[in-house]
Amino acid sequence: MEIQRRGLVAAIGSSAAVGLAGCAALAGDTGDNENSPEISGETLTLTTTTSTYDTGLLDELNAPFEDRYGVTVDTVAQGTGAALETARNGDSDVVMVHARSLEDEFMDEGYGVNRRDLMFNDFVLVGPPDDPGGISGETDIETALTEISEAESEFVSRGDNSGTHTKELELWDTAGLTVEAFGEWYIDGGGGMGEILNQASMQDAYTLSDRGTFIDMQSEINLDIHVQGPVEGGPEPLMNPYGIVAVNPAVHDHVEYDLAMAYIGYITSIEGQEIIEEYTSEGEQLFFAEALSEEPNFQQYVPEGWESSNSDE
Amino acid sequence: MPLEPDTLTPLLIDFPFEWNYIRSIIYVSLYVSLTAVVLSTLFSLPVALLVGFKDFRGKTLLTSIINTGMGFPSVVVGLVVLFAVSNQGPLGSFDLVFTTEAMIMSQFILAAPVITGVSLAAVSSVEQNVRDAAYAMGGTKTDVALVTIKEARYGIATAVLAGFGRAISEVGSVLIVGGNIASSDGTSVTRTITTAIQLEARQGRFETAMILGAILVVLVLIVNAIVVRLGNGGGGGRYE
Repeated sequence: MEIQRRGLVAAIGSSAAVGLAGCAALAGDTGDNENSPEISGETLTLTTTTSTYDTGLLDELNAPFEDRYGVTVDTVAQGTGAALETARNGDSDVVMVHARSLEDEFMDEGYGVNRRDLMFNDFVLVGPPDDPGGISGETDIETALTEISEAESEFVSRGDNSGTHTKELELWDTAGLTVEAFGEWYIDGGGGMGEILNQASMQDAYTLSDRGTFIDMQSEINLDIHVQGPVEGGPEPLMNPYGIVAVNPAVHDHVEYDLAMAYIGYITSIEGQEIIEEYTSEGEQLFFAEALSEEPNFQQYVPEGWESSNSDE
Repeated sequence: MPLEPDTLTPLLIDFPFEWNYIRSIIYVSLYVSLTAVVLSTLFSLPVALLVGFKDFRGKTLLTSIINTGMGFPSVVVGLVVLFAVSNQGPLGSFDLVFTTEAMIMSQFILAAPVITGVSLAAVSSVEQNVRDAAYAMGGTKTDVALVTIKEARYGIATAVLAGFGRAISEVGSVLIVGGNIASSDGTSVTRTITTAIQLEARQGRFETAMILGAILVVLVLIVNAIVVRLGNGGGGGRYE
């Protein structure tokens, strides 16, 4: 079934690419700009997650890039799933997301090329200050989740196929728990991270949040961190790496590939990575640069586990 | 300020936005919604007159369909427009996704049934003898239509205002087809007041969201006042 669907998507994609080939010359004319002879394209469309957008990091990152090339970056904040879907339709040029499994699927299907590791922070398990599930200080995330489910303390899930939602489902899964079997205490919030944090705060519930959004919002809400992520010495599964992928110009030949690659180049450069490192909210660093490394890191370019087995997922 | 500054803050709250930001989202909101409403009116009025004047089989059905359109969920309209303008869609080559043009398209679809439906009700309620009189005095079809519009002008003004209210207050479709984009210097590209409210609420900044909500209400009030004023000025006394 899955294979068939992919085959269909690929067929539609390639026939559309052929169909659009004739229009590309027409559309390309508007891209020439005397101010920026080095690069084609005027507007880069970036689809990304609410966690990078709502923290304000992207405004900080994009301004120098826009100045240097005389272009504009249109940033559309969606969940990771929606951001990738928009790119699959050829409606964005570059994607910045945080769910490696979904990114790998995106590349496997041929929609994405030239993926780079960008930055990371971590997830934290937050909940009401009085900690009804009794999980505070727990260093093992699976134990903490098991305790929440045994106490049937309310837990709000993103429920929106975002990177955070994907991570949350992975964590329940590794803890050996089945989300479908949960009772009413497990709430499908269906919103962005900020909305879910508000919801959890109002309902005295637990939730999984990326540290950046939580720090950015903690003065507005009544939630504490009960299980830290690896940035503060917590368990490794709570790692939250962000990647950036260009949309494959062979599949969608109208995308601003030049500009997308210039953007990826800029954002993984020393300048871009310094902006990420230096960006703070309420006095705390939100993201940690990951693109610069003297050691080779080939895994960032290919789906995870590519070398050992490249058959499935 | 030694006297309990806390109690004063709700009233003297710091205006939390750059003026440029506010001005640009107001501009985008008005540009999109007013354009959509003008286009909808140009489309809907002739349709309402045509349907209102003619008797034909299926008139009741058509009226029901128009009235059903008033209840289109904006999110669904947004999705349909997104499919149409997406690079994979039939209008893909025009590069409309995440633009104000796409937002105007979806608001047109939302406003047109409201304007058509309410105008149709207004036109239908103009009594037959008024139209007959216009005919009897040697009026052409155009004259009769103008007389009917004049008689039904309050109903039509209400229709246009209802359409405008539908357009400027909806958030579902403009969020999907517009993408809620603001540039890094804080100028709105496709961000409207409603999507800005959604963004603030998402981040837990309910106070700023409320301020934006108040701006929206004031804006709608101003537009309503202008339309009512135009209606009174242009048409003379009501019972002339």
